[in-house]
Amino acid sequence: MPLDQSFIGRSWPPTEPYLVGREKIREFARAIGATDAEYLDPEAARAIGYADVVAPPTFPVVFTMATSRQIIEDPVLGLDYSRVVHGDQKFAYSRPVVAGDALVCVNSVEEITSRGGHDFLTTRTEVTTEAGEPVLTVWSKLVQRGEEQS
Amino acid sequence: MSEAAQAQTFEPQTFRVTRADLVRYAGASGDFNPIHWSERIATGVGLPGVIAHGMFTMALVGRAVTAWAGAPDAVVEFSVRFSRPVPVPDTDEGTEVVVTAAVKDVAADGNTRLSLTATCRGEKVLSLAQAVIRKR
Repeated sequence: MPLDQSFIGRSWPPTEPYLVGREKIREFARAIGATDAEYLDPEAARAIGYADVVAPPTFPVVFTMATSRQIIEDPVLGLDYSRVVHGDQKFAYSRPVVAGDALVCVNSVEEITSRGGHDFLTTRTEVTTEAGEPVLTVWSKLVQRGEEQS
Repeated sequence: MSEAAQAQTFEPQTFRVTRADLVRYAGASGDFNPIHWSERIATGVGLPGVIAHGMFTMALVGRAVTAWAGAPDAVVEFSVRFSRPVPVPDTDEGTEVVVTAAVKDVAADGNTRLSLTATCRGEKVLSLAQAVIRKR
């Protein structure tokens, strides 16, 4: 079943703030094998001008993947998650995420297309502080593979 | 583009990936999709076996980019397309992902756009992979 085209351009209310923890950044940095002092040591991060440890570039997926469920789990959209693979991912940063940030996500559907029996869904997430300071924008393209022809 | 920018070279970066890395990344990222830890479920959906999280591969490429940039906060933009899975065998050695870069262009503000490649067993696993790094 094709995805509901009426979702294109729709946006959702801001999510509850995600509080970025120092230990969560450290845990994520260690999980990807990153050893930069600025990810682990608040003093090293302060030395380059940040209030606390900074997060590696892909850290925001920790909260953006969770918040995008408000789109992909909407039954009206018609996405069958068992057939979904991750197509594209893009981040554009105003500044790095820093421990202590309370970040709000506004999700929207930027594009829905169909090609070769597959459906493509591009979501866009604007990540700001609670005060509205832009931090980054995240785009994710999901591919729903066509159902097997028997 | 200046000759200096074009001549800039980037030492390829090699990352070893084992099943233990995938389990740890699942926990740290919150992505518990079983195709990244269960052979049974991965092969059941037609994959060659357990595969790495695309976002784990992207994180490794991010490590390479920040290392080349010389600063953990230098990345302005970062994008990839996941074109091929990274199978991770259940062995002590696991597999390897090799990341390379070339300068694509240098903007008027000094920001550098890198064209990136990531390969596993000689095959490209990403396409359209790019990063923009801030002038230091």
